[in-house]
Amino acid sequence: MTLLATVNSDVPFNVAQNVGFGVIAVLMVTGALRVVTTNNVVHAALWLVLVLAGAAAQFILLAAEFVAITQVLVYIGAIVVLFLFGVMLTRAPIRGEAGLTRSNWFGGALVGVLLLGLLSFTLLDTFGGDRLPADTRLTLRPAAVSQAEGTEPTAGSNVGAVSDSIFSRYLIPFEAVSVLLTAALIGAIVLARKE
Amino acid sequence: MLLNQFLILSAVLFAIGVYGVIARRNGVAVLMSIELILNAVNINLVAFSAMTGTLAGQVFALFVIAIAAAEVGVGLAIVLVIYRNRRSIDLDEVDLMRG
Repeated sequence: MTLLATVNSDVPFNVAQNVGFGVIAVLMVTGALRVVTTNNVVHAALWLVLVLAGAAAQFILLAAEFVAITQVLVYIGAIVVLFLFGVMLTRAPIRGEAGLTRSNWFGGALVGVLLLGLLSFTLLDTFGGDRLPADTRLTLRPAAVSQAEGTEPTAGSNVGAVSDSIFSRYLIPFEAVSVLLTAALIGAIVLARKE
Repeated sequence: MLLNQFLILSAVLFAIGVYGVIARRNGVAVLMSIELILNAVNINLVAFSAMTGTLAGQVFALFVIAIAAAEVGVGLAIVLVIYRNRRSIDLDEVDLMRG
């Protein structure tokens, strides 16, 4: 119901935002295609950095700066380094290997194209021309917070509101994620340890 | 901005990731394709969060990022064990369960 409530067609069309979106989206799709087609695992990891940074930029366009910063820290800072370590430890030849992709890759391509067609059709059919709220509304603290405090919504960062909701409403899932991370860490050490 | 431009970008990334999971033979490359899929999910979550003006989507995107980190850690450990046992991370050669 809130989906319908915030649809407003009188939002002015912001050219700069859309140009920025288009440039970043083209970079991301190019990078993603190179990740799955390049014949060098190290290059694939570096193209993955481009996609992840593009996603962080899209989060900033959507006024989710905390998610964007976490994306940069966790994905680009930690996960890509893990990938490079994995490539190093499994001794992939640095010059690339011809057999990185299966010989019958066209089956996968068919599945991908069919999936993309299905998803695009469904999305266009369901959400059509729905507009996001204007960026001045995006950066507001969420309406629920200002209603609870009995104040007018104020412009500014929503990082405080994100932390409020993590540590109040989503506290149990947050603790469960901490336990999961510990379990994954111990599991990874046990698996990778030399006998 | 339209909601759909983010959703379709995310669908494109998702389809590319699915192609990568199916078509790649190298275990590390398959894990990278899974990261593409998880990122597509994150873009969707944050776009819907902006659409509804609530923060649930952003909080869930943070959870997805944390779980992706755990997944990569365990996944790479498994790839390392496969490499140690078989001297190869070619997934076509990991066919112990073939009848």
